[in-house]
Amino acid sequence: MSMKNSVEVKNISFSYGKTEILNDLSLDIKEGEFMVLLGPSGCGKTTLLNCIAGLLDLTDGQIWIEDDNVTWKEPKDRHIGMVFQSYALYPSMTVEKNLSFGLRMMGTAKDLINEKIKKAANLLQINELLKRKPSQLSGGQRQRVAIGRALVRDAKVFLFDEPLSNLDAKLRAELRYEIKKLHRDLSNTMIYVTHDQIEAMTLADRISVMKDGLIQQLDTPKQIYNKPTNLFVAGFIGSPSMNFLKAKFDKSSQNIIVGKKQIDISKYENIKNLMNNQEVVFGIRPENINIEKNENSIQCKVELVEPMGADTLVWTSVEGNPISIRLEGSSNFNLNDEISISFDINKSSIFDSNSEERI
Amino acid sequence: MSTIPKGPRPKHLTVGRIGLYCFIIMCALFFLMPLYVMIITSLKDMDEIRAANILNLPKELSFYAWPKAWSQACTGFVCEGLKPGFVNSVKITVPSVIVSVALSALNGYALAFWRFRGAYFFFGLCMFGAFIPYQVMVYPLLKIEDFLGIYSSLPGIILVHTIFGMPILTLIFRNFYASLPIDLFKAARIDGGNFIKIFFYVIIPMSTPITIVAVILQVTGIWNDFLLGLVFAGRDNQPMTVQLNNIVQVDYGVAEYNVDMSATILTSLVPLFVYFISGRWFVRGIAAGAIKG
Repeated sequence: MSMKNSVEVKNISFSYGKTEILNDLSLDIKEGEFMVLLGPSGCGKTTLLNCIAGLLDLTDGQIWIEDDNVTWKEPKDRHIGMVFQSYALYPSMTVEKNLSFGLRMMGTAKDLINEKIKKAANLLQINELLKRKPSQLSGGQRQRVAIGRALVRDAKVFLFDEPLSNLDAKLRAELRYEIKKLHRDLSNTMIYVTHDQIEAMTLADRISVMKDGLIQQLDTPKQIYNKPTNLFVAGFIGSPSMNFLKAKFDKSSQNIIVGKKQIDISKYENIKNLMNNQEVVFGIRPENINIEKNENSIQCKVELVEPMGADTLVWTSVEGNPISIRLEGSSNFNLNDEISISFDINKSSIFDSNSEERI
Repeated sequence: MSTIPKGPRPKHLTVGRIGLYCFIIMCALFFLMPLYVMIITSLKDMDEIRAANILNLPKELSFYAWPKAWSQACTGFVCEGLKPGFVNSVKITVPSVIVSVALSALNGYALAFWRFRGAYFFFGLCMFGAFIPYQVMVYPLLKIEDFLGIYSSLPGIILVHTIFGMPILTLIFRNFYASLPIDLFKAARIDGGNFIKIFFYVIIPMSTPITIVAVILQVTGIWNDFLLGLVFAGRDNQPMTVQLNNIVQVDYGVAEYNVDMSATILTSLVPLFVYFISGRWFVRGIAAGAIKG
């Protein structure tokens, strides 16, 4: 990955009539980077992608692709290829014609078209499908063809709009792997919209977590997972999601008080930023809770057990707040077992209750 | 008799079902009655018709009325039968259908995919246009055509049919295109299609079912039209329906009911034929909103 920017989104705004969807949003995507736009539905991620593609006219701002101000350019002149959730294959054309449509529109020579189709078909293993119509393909095959269509156009930037959402779980994992491999082999810039955090975590070089048209956090998957910048990101990323406890900080004891329970957080990295009696939300991921008895542990009862094969999820509660604990698949717990849990404080996140920002 | 429930539930002919069938058959008979009368009357000679047994089958088949209706019956002062009217109707219908369907497809496509400024207003205009009785526009249109110098001519009547067909056809096409996934259109734009290229390469190949619906509507509508043909076509281009009227409405001589009946059947053959060959397509087109890529 170079340091050069491939796509620059500069202070763009977009509204549908009076509804403002994006407001003064900026985002730089480096050359060869795999950028994932992640967020719940209605957060503006697909709108942003459509703006980059040139399918929507901006209300304000600029889009630059490969050092070229493409704000007023047609989608076809932006060096992009796009893959849609609904595949969007032309139903009346064979796979081959679908792949070559863009090239034919540009008036590319036949030999060159055939060569490019061959290359793309090999890469995506769709050689045997070339003569078929989209209606004769399975969902996974259709999406391969759709990716192929972006591929043959020699796009500098690939845009993916929830490409795997229409597929079943197994195919989704399979194609996710293929897309990652494709990025490894082609090293094109890719922008990928999804609401699936597993896709985001596995594919992205950087994730931009969005909500209400604003980027909440833009960082590597690791950083976003371990150091979420606010409560929204913390709750959105991770499945099962992070456990939250409402608490109050007591400076003298370096404890947070949750109802009648006290948790020692002296090991928290930014503890010096906490003020006495500050209202906070203590967040801890299910895998950062250990079942062990020590001076800091809390007694509770097993309320539900969800065996998931590789892991087992044990549900309990602390002062009325439900807590999930991720344990090894082999661990054996029964309903109403008494357990002692302790938190891995240096892997926890603490947020201010009012601003919801990480401390 | 007690059988253990297993496999598909057995179908019983219930009283309700029998009643339903009776009703359906009665309805069919009721609507077929006029056709029956028309056909047998056209096959009787005048003596038998005068005997006034309207429902009786002809004692002796007489085919005299059919060729007369086609090529000898008098329409006003000329006695050439319906043949010239048939030719005129074809000359009016074919271009009118082609032009109105093609333009409406283009309009519907523009309305559905290219959300231009004022598209909703235009859509509203189409709705409005589709439901205005066209009689109110006959006179103004006549003045306009007169001004343009095409009143009472073939281009004149074709223009009128095209204009009156377009609002409803545009709506039909727009609704069909609006049901297509918008992503398809986006993909085509990224692939480099412009307004016209996307229409020809992507949209038209997908439009078969709805085009057939539009063609059926237009063919039957224009073929069956009487008023516009009478007003706008001019004496030389009178469509079959107008000539049929002239045959039936005789002011002197004998009313030849057998000739009238066969002339009427001949006139309605084209729409009937269109329905029969395209019924399957018509249903498919009406249900075409469900089409998936």
